[in-house]
Formats: sequence, structure tokens, C-alpha cells
Amino acid sequence: MSKSALSPEMRKAVVRFSGDSGDGMQLTGDMFSQASGQAGLDLTTTPDFPAEIRAPQGSVGGVSSFQIQIGGTEIYTPGDQVDVLVVMNPAALKANIHYLKAGGTIIADKDSFNPRNLKKADYDTNPLEDGSLEDYHIIRAPATSLTREALKDLGLENQAMARSKNMFALGVVSYIFSRPLANPKAFIQKKFASKPVLIDANIRALEAGFSFAESTELFGASIVIPPAKLPKGNYRNIDGNTAVAWGLLAAAENCGRKLSLCSYPITPATEILQELSARKDLGAIVFQAEDEIAAVCAAIGAAFCGNLSATTTSGPGASLKSEAMGLAIISEIPLVMVNVQRAGPSTGIPTKTEQSDLYQSLHGRHGEAPLVVLAASSPDDCFFYSYTAAKIAIEHSTPVIMLSDSYLASGTSPWRIPENGELPDIKIPRFRKPAEEWKPYMRDPEFLNRYWMSPGDKGFEHRIGGLEKKEITGNLTYEPLNHEKMTRIREEKIERIAKKLPKQKVIGAQSGKLIVLGWGSTHGAINMAVSELIEDGEDNVGFTHFNYIKPLPENTEEILSKFDRILVCELNNGQFVNYLRSKFPKFNYLQFNKIQGQPFFISEIKAEIINTLTQ
Amino acid sequence: MQTDVTENNTVLTRKDFVSDQAVRWCPGCGDFMILANMQKAFANMNHKKEHFLSVSGIGCSSRITYYLDTYGIHSIHGRAIAVATGAKLANPELNVWVFTGDGDCMAIGGNHFIHACRRNADINIIIFNNKIYGMTKGQSSPTTPVGLKTKTAPEGSYEIPFNIGEVAIGAGATFFARVPDNDHALMEDVMMQAYHHKGTSVIEVLQNCVIFTDGIHDQITGRDTRSDNQLILEHGKPMVFGSENKMGLRVDGMRLLKHELENGTGQTLEHDAAETDSQMHLALAKMQLPEFPVAMGVIRKVEINTYSESVHQAIASAKKRTSFKSVKDLFLSGNTWEIE
Repeated sequence: MSKSALSPEMRKAVVRFSGDSGDGMQLTGDMFSQASGQAGLDLTTTPDFPAEIRAPQGSVGGVSSFQIQIGGTEIYTPGDQVDVLVVMNPAALKANIHYLKAGGTIIADKDSFNPRNLKKADYDTNPLEDGSLEDYHIIRAPATSLTREALKDLGLENQAMARSKNMFALGVVSYIFSRPLANPKAFIQKKFASKPVLIDANIRALEAGFSFAESTELFGASIVIPPAKLPKGNYRNIDGNTAVAWGLLAAAENCGRKLSLCSYPITPATEILQELSARKDLGAIVFQAEDEIAAVCAAIGAAFCGNLSATTTSGPGASLKSEAMGLAIISEIPLVMVNVQRAGPSTGIPTKTEQSDLYQSLHGRHGEAPLVVLAASSPDDCFFYSYTAAKIAIEHSTPVIMLSDSYLASGTSPWRIPENGELPDIKIPRFRKPAEEWKPYMRDPEFLNRYWMSPGDKGFEHRIGGLEKKEITGNLTYEPLNHEKMTRIREEKIERIAKKLPKQKVIGAQSGKLIVLGWGSTHGAINMAVSELIEDGEDNVGFTHFNYIKPLPENTEEILSKFDRILVCELNNGQFVNYLRSKFPKFNYLQFNKIQGQPFFISEIKAEIINTLTQ
Repeated sequence: MQTDVTENNTVLTRKDFVSDQAVRWCPGCGDFMILANMQKAFANMNHKKEHFLSVSGIGCSSRITYYLDTYGIHSIHGRAIAVATGAKLANPELNVWVFTGDGDCMAIGGNHFIHACRRNADINIIIFNNKIYGMTKGQSSPTTPVGLKTKTAPEGSYEIPFNIGEVAIGAGATFFARVPDNDHALMEDVMMQAYHHKGTSVIEVLQNCVIFTDGIHDQITGRDTRSDNQLILEHGKPMVFGSENKMGLRVDGMRLLKHELENGTGQTLEHDAAETDSQMHLALAKMQLPEFPVAMGVIRKVEINTYSESVHQAIASAKKRTSFKSVKDLFLSGNTWEIE
């Protein structure tokens, strides 16, 4: 056995829990995240589970995993390589061993490495015994048998006892990282409040795991990662989809309008629809439509009627909605469309992540059809960007597309709950003079938005629709010059929003050889790669990350002009880099693309930057 | 619906619903009749003007939103019903009317139509059925009869058409009525009944297109033939038709049959629009020439909870149960921690 790579001085660590779909690994991971957050650590998590609802038990295809990186410094990704791998059966080992770093620790339920399970995972010999894992530190924990022993007088069936062994694993990991058990115990008590016997069972299993780790002295001293320096406030863990839903709720409350969400179920966006369906307690009006088109059209109807309206979807649904998005554009009504991107085209790889709907968002409509495009860059800031999407839609009378993706949707990160008054105001553009002086296509002189007058506003009865409108009056007209003018106004209206956007910031060198550039969900990996290089003494590289895609922040060109070369990293075949090429053709662009349905690893970005610098 | 009485008894007239836009339909088009009757009916609805919403899709029928001085959305092809559903849910006080055609509603918008029937949101749908695509100049629609020559069926259509009433009732519509475009009194009456009906109301208007299917409904609507060829239904009244009302309906086994009445009206069936079992309503909606007269008036009118009511009831009771007063309470619920 080689020496453990774990050391008491480590400042961050990556843990991966894995087992059969039925082993409760997502719950275990969630509970470990809660406890770590409570202890003041920064963290990022990602789940990895089979697409099938019930994959065959014990098979490699049925393995469900949960990865978390915890740290006393800022943590932006769930980590490239794993320090501690928990495996509840041979299939989990087979599916995950390649994530483990050399010298990493394996915690295996040795009881489950029986001939039947070994065969299901296609092992000829027991890998815990045959020497094949000698590069790693193996903890052979009798999780099943010790759990049974701890639970023996509770009168539970064998199978019910086996279901608690995930808590045994959590107990072991809690010991390693010096997590007291108070937090998971409180969680268990709440979760099983109606079944006291299960409270007992789970707590006993948790304690059994903790004691096993403590008494076997297999680990040496346990690890104490000091807390991260996070801004003060109240925190909770949040996944990207919940954050989107809550951002919309917050926006509706802050502007005093009701929220209408009109959506159709689609992976990986469905949880937004589900969360808001459960938020009738905060007044959310949710319509599960018969199809994607009905969903966006219903949202348009609700927007015309004065509600904050949104439709949430993924790429295939966004394709179906494109005609209606054109209607929202020419009608100039506020509408938020959230696209939780997945690997395409067509059905593609529905559960895997990709940033390949950028072209579609920018250009995927017939006619000259500009709208606002934003992209969130972590699970928790899905809250801020869905809030901001609503704010821009309302204040500028325009549809806004907010891009998330599969990686953000199901990953979690700690979210600082905004204090009262901390979110920016949303100012509804209303026509304040008498109705007789109003025309439907009058505009705010500075930002060119229309005024949002709706059914119920007496005297403001008017018609909107898909046909071209005469400027100011909104009457139908096919006049050639009017069409050109309206087309230019619609574009100009979007571009003027840039005046309100925050300036784009650069991390590291403010000018020099190379600027690394990303957008959306790749922020964590690129940021950590560049930060590590800067720590290593590299002073010629800057990093800038975009959340505002259309319009771009006003200082974009100025930033790019200060570097010799621009390396654009994205999870597609080069959509953002080509957008920049068309906007600012004079610069020297390089691109780094990954199209594997997987997020970037920090290491591969770092390698690409080093490689670029030496060329 | 009938929840929104005008303030101070302001009396609205037909003129209040006439917009300043020039009406651009072909002279003689049946659409003019629908527009005029709708404006008259709107004025009689005793509903705040700012709470009327007209929604349409694409086609000749759908231009009507520009001619009605209400809030209006001229949406995209086939999708008016979806737009209207979102609007009604957003603001249940609205009096929502959808204007659509046989192509817009039964072809490209067919999915939304059946789901609107089943879901029973409180919206009113008027389908202008001229059995042809008029705006694109003469292609077959889902209601084009077998044998009719169109630009896309030059040898005569061989597709089996939809019977709109059969589709609507089959999909669960709680209100279905049919009217010819030349019976003003019946059309206005049916519009008012639809307004008072809680739930999705579907009205099929047999509308004449003077250009592409001129006279297609003549056998039914013509001055000389209409008494024999229309059965005008009234809830609770015997179903009689023909000159001097000498014809009636009876059931023979599983079939509906027409027959001559010998002694008054006693031998005919009585119309019950409120019967929840839809089989007789389906049989009535399916009657066609020459075996039967075509049923007109309100064929089905059944009151059940509406979708819009149910949604808002669910919201109200969730609000009553919860301890959340604002989103902040939600954010602070569950597992949170404080960093100082």
C-alpha cells in the first residue's frame, strides 16, 4: 500500500461518492456539502448519474456519483481529480477509478466486493486484494456488516438495513475531514421525522462509520481545512435550476408584478418548472403547456397582460420557440427565455453539458431579430442572471435569453442570500401622462424602450402583433422606409442597453502577450487555471469572462486591444470566438474548444495556455 | 364568464368596439357578419372595456383583432389559443376571445385546440370555417370536403375532413355551438351564451369565402333550404325542424334517426345541452346532409370547474398554508448558515 496523498495541511480536497443508483449517493453528497458549507468552506459540487430511471442494479451503467470540492480558498469547480473516492460496490470502482489522482484514497465497502458483484462489474479477481490498486491508499471498510451490526436490534429487514450504509460512508468521510456529526444528524432527524426508526438507523450507521474511521487509525490524523474568507452574510447551497427559479421570483416581487412561468418539461431544465410549480405559496402562476410552442406563446400572452413572464427550456425546445421569439421581438414585450443548454444537435446527449446554443440564441430566428443574451457562470449566479434577465426585459421592453447549461443546472455552490435592498431596483416603464396622449409605439428617448401598458389600464386599449408596425402609432404598414427604420430601432434599442451594463473586468495582467477569454459556465475552470499560473509567477496573462453576450460590455474592444493574442475557451466548436471575430475583426484570435459533453478540466486549460505562450 | 361589471353603469355601445382601422376583407365576405355581431355582443356583455382581450392567429379571420377596439394580440399561425391561455391565467378578470380559422385552428394549431378543450380555461374560441385557406389563396384545409377541387388538390380532395364539433366535444369541450354566418340573431345569442359559460367555449361559424369556396354552405344556409337543412337547438326544447317543424329526431338502437312527426312534437327528443355524457352531443354535432339536418345553436354547455379557477384556487390555498411572506423567507428556509 502506498502512502496516502491526504495530508493534514491540505487547503482543498475533492471527494467523490459513488455507488449503485439505489445507494443514496446524491443524498450523501448533499449532506456532506451542507456540513462543509456550515463549517465555512467554499465548495462546488456536481452530480453524475445514469440517464435511465432504473438502471440494472450493480452494473457499471447504473453507477451514480456525486463529486464535491471543498476548500479554504475560493473554489470554482468540483475539481479535476479526486483525493478521496468512496465506492459502495465493484461497479462504482470500475466506473470511477480513472478520476482518482495517483496516491489518492479509496474507501470501499469491502462486503460488497463479493463474487456476484465482481462479476456484474466484469472483474475476474477482487481488485481490493489482487494488487491492481497498489498506487492508491485503500481503506477496506466492512460498511455493510458493521451497519447491520449497529442496527441489529431495530427490527429492520436486511434490505432496509443495507439502505443505511451510505450514512456509514458519510461517517467515515466526516471523520477524515473533521466534520462534526451534528449537522448530518439534524438533517436526518428532519428528513425522517415521520419514521423514528429510520432516524435511529441512519444516525447509528453514521456514528458507526465515524467510529470505524476513528478507531482503525488507518488515516493518521484527520484533516482540518480552515474556513474560506467569504463575504459575511447568510448562505445556503443552491443548484443552478433552483437559482434560476428563485431569481425570477425575486424579480417579480421586487417589481410588484406576478410571475407567470409557462414551460414544457425538458432535460435538463425541468427542475425550474417543478420548483416554481411548488412556489404557488409565493404566488407563482405556472402553466405546464402542451408543447414548447404553446409554452412560449402563453408566456407572450401573460407578458402582454402585465406579468413578469418566462419560459424555460433546453436547445430542442428553444428551436421550437424561435418563431414566437420573433413575435416577442417585433411586439417589443418583456419576456425571459432560459435555455439550459445540453449537448446537441437534435436529441444529442440530453444529460451532458455544452455551450453550443450561442449561435441559436444570437441568430436563430428569421428576419432581423435582435434580442439580449446573458449567460450565468456558476450555479449560484444563475440567481443573479435570471433576476437581471427579468430586469432588462422589463426595463427595455425586449425578450432576453438567459443561458445556463446542464453543468450549472445540477451542480451546486454556496449562495450568499441577498440582504433586503441589495438587488438592483426594477423600474417598470409606464406612460405617466393621460391615455389620449399615448401611442403604442412611443419610446423612451434615451433607451428606446416602449411603455408597458396592459389590459386593465383604462384607455390604453391597443393591438400588438407580428406584422410590421408604423413607428409611434403602431398601425400596420408595409412602407419600405418605415420597415428599415423600425429594424434599425429594434437593433439600436438592444445595443443601448450596454450603457447600463457593468464594465468588463480583467484578472491578472491588464495588457501583454495573452488574454484568456471565456463566457458562461466555464468561468470556474478557466479562472482557476489562470489563477494557478499567476501564482506560479506568470505575469503576462490576463483573464476576462463574459456574462453579457449581447450587447457586449462597452469596454470589450478596449480590453481586447491591449493584448497580442486572445485565447477563447468554450465548450463548442468556436461560437463565441466567431461572434467576436465578426464584431472586432482586427484582433488575433486563437480558440480552444472541447465538445465532449463534459466541462473543462483546469489542467487542460492550463496546458493550453502554457502551450500557447511557448509558441 | 360574468364577473366584471362595468363601473358606474357606463353603457358601452357597438361603436365603442369599432377601431379606427379600415376593414380589409373582400366585399361580401362572411367575416363582416362575425365582426358586426361580435361588436354588438361585446357591448351587451356589461364588462369593463379595458378587460376585453382579443387574440388571433394568422389568416383572413385573424385580421379581426385590428378591427375590434379592445386590447388585442395578432399572434402567429396556429398559436392564438396558447397566447390566450397564458393571458387568462395571468389575469383571470379578462374577457378573452380567440378568433381563428379552420386552417389556423384545426391544422397548424390543432394541438393547442384539443388541449384548450380538455383543459377548460375560461376562454372563448370562434372558428371561422370556410373550408379553405383563403389568405394563401385556395389550398385544402382540414375541413375541406372530399371531392372539392383546391389548388393543392386539383383532382379533388381525398382527405377525410375534421368535423370541428366532433373534435371539440371528443377532446372534452364543455361548450360547443355552431352558427351560420347569415343568422345574426342566432350568432349574437350564441356569443352571449359563450360569454356566460364558465370554461372553454367553442363556436364554429359556417363562414362563406366569396373567392375560393363561394356558396359552400349554401345548401345549409340558403333561404329556401335552411328550414329543412338546419336543426336549431335550444336547451330544454324539442328538437324539431323542417317547414312547420314537422320533422324530429329519435333514437333507434345505437343510431339517431330523423322522422316525420305525426302528432305535434311529442315523438321527438328534447335537447339537453347540460347533459354531461357527451354521446348525444357528439351525434348531434356529426349530423350532416343529406341524411340529417345540420345542428345549429348551442349543442353542448356543461359547467365544471375551469382551469383558470383551479390554478388561482390552488395559489390562494398555498398562500394560506405557507409561512412565507416574501421570497426572503423562502431563501432562509431549510439549511442555511451564517458567515460573520
